[in-house]
Amino acid sequence: MNRNGPLALLFHTLFVIFSLAPLVVVCLVAFTPEAYLSLPTTNWSVRWFRAIADYPEFIRAFWQSVWLGAVSSAIAVAFAVPTALAMARYRFRGREAMMALFQSPLMIPHVVLGIAFLRFFSEIGLSGTFVGLVISHIVIIFPFAMRLTLASATGMNPAIEQAAISLGATDWVVLKRITLPLVMPGLVSGWALAFINSFDEVTMTVFIATPGTETLPVRMFLYIQDNIDPLVTSVSACVIVITVLALVVLDRIHGLEALLIGRGQGNR
Amino acid sequence: MSTSPSTSADRSARAPYVLTAPALALFVGVVLVPILMTALLTFHDWGQYKGIERVLILKNWREVLSDSYFYEVFARTFRMAALVTVLAILIGAPEAYILNRMRSPWRAIFLVVVLGPLLISVVARTLGWALLFGGTTGVANQALMKLGLTSGPIPFMFTEAGVVIALTHVLLPYMILSVWAALQRLDPQVENAAASLGASHFTILRRIVLPQIVPGILAGAIIVFALAASAFATPAIIGGRRLKVASTLAYDEFLNTLNWPLGATVAVLLLVALVLIIWGSNRLIESRYREVFR
Repeated sequence: MNRNGPLALLFHTLFVIFSLAPLVVVCLVAFTPEAYLSLPTTNWSVRWFRAIADYPEFIRAFWQSVWLGAVSSAIAVAFAVPTALAMARYRFRGREAMMALFQSPLMIPHVVLGIAFLRFFSEIGLSGTFVGLVISHIVIIFPFAMRLTLASATGMNPAIEQAAISLGATDWVVLKRITLPLVMPGLVSGWALAFINSFDEVTMTVFIATPGTETLPVRMFLYIQDNIDPLVTSVSACVIVITVLALVVLDRIHGLEALLIGRGQGNR
Repeated sequence: MSTSPSTSADRSARAPYVLTAPALALFVGVVLVPILMTALLTFHDWGQYKGIERVLILKNWREVLSDSYFYEVFARTFRMAALVTVLAILIGAPEAYILNRMRSPWRAIFLVVVLGPLLISVVARTLGWALLFGGTTGVANQALMKLGLTSGPIPFMFTEAGVVIALTHVLLPYMILSVWAALQRLDPQVENAAASLGASHFTILRRIVLPQIVPGILAGAIIVFALAASAFATPAIIGGRRLKVASTLAYDEFLNTLNWPLGATVAVLLLVALVLIIWGSNRLIESRYREVFR
């Protein structure tokens, strides 16, 4: 591999500064000892982190986001596994159309989905419920859940299943002992990627969440719309740190590149 | 298990439909039906006191298509999306190329640094820009003035420039991902061959590398444009209540004015415009770069 020239390295340095500056500034301002937004210079204080405890809406919204992400990712993966197996193994009529349909939540503006779900849930009486939030999140994270399970399923050798069948294994045994363990890596990373996307979603959720069911990003967004103060900065700093830790763990286990580009590791 | 060849063939013909049935039912039930309901909503009437009236009229469409206010909002939405796309290409493509040429440990480290923000809450990232921009005390302006690049503070908050910068930051990882994927398909031997034949670095870049990653750049451009045109949190926070784009306008109609039919019309118009733009540019790209995609 060639080395980059000094000009390229300068460009790269500026890019990294541009890329990290907004995240760093949030984490720095969160430590301000003042009652207003400012960069701490001589004194650092954790008063705004302590202040989170006095604002239970953020804590409640955090747990709401965690539960919503965990449940909807699990259900999305459960839907994704059979779909991925069908897509990986069979060429059938309507396959391309179905693929496009299952990928569509990536391309349909989330504002449109938010409006569609708001209308739909108010018609069928699910508005403001946790069930409604779960349904809507399953849909928007399904493409991420499927992308990685599909990569695992594609890399699977069908001869192994056939060998098990020829040795007299029942369908259930094949599924439990052969198929699921083989797609497991894609299933786990698919769940993780789906969880992160559910945890971050704000545009669609802001339409359907009600004061009792607000997720953390929605609570943060509505708070910022009113005013920006050090409290929401310390909450954001916590979110950034938690996400970075999760990213480091995921990168160690799976490689971020594989996670984002979807080059499955199941066939290793 | 399979007793005769015909049942086994039947089974494998039915299998993909059985396997995809749950997800298909889910998507038809909770994606297609709600979107059709929203499309229907755009033809309903609405009044301050009577609420939504289930009739089929073109009132909302007429209003959205004839009022210059809506025209202005949509023009601003697509103008900013186009600017963000151009900036993402100009910054993202070189950065992906530089990343790809890095040596072993740095490459993986900086890939995480560059792509990681993609998974960090967009609200937190936008808040960062609001802090950097914020008024005369904003860090960005202080830095620019200290470097002597500007004499006074540049207004970034509540301006199109500010929204464009923040959106470019939010969406750049998608461009880098797309170009990065194209670079991985490149055969380094071709570059080496050109170099051994005496081509300069610049010539290799222009004649060998660039033509091969153009499809990746265009694919990334479509993603960035679509996401920029439908972005919500960033224009809402940086643009404020005055600087409306299509998605924040729809949000206002829905949750503040409560005129759902009009809000739905704005959203459906955004969807239709985006579908046409994406479909059109996909066709253009495919006809021009058929060889590369083959």
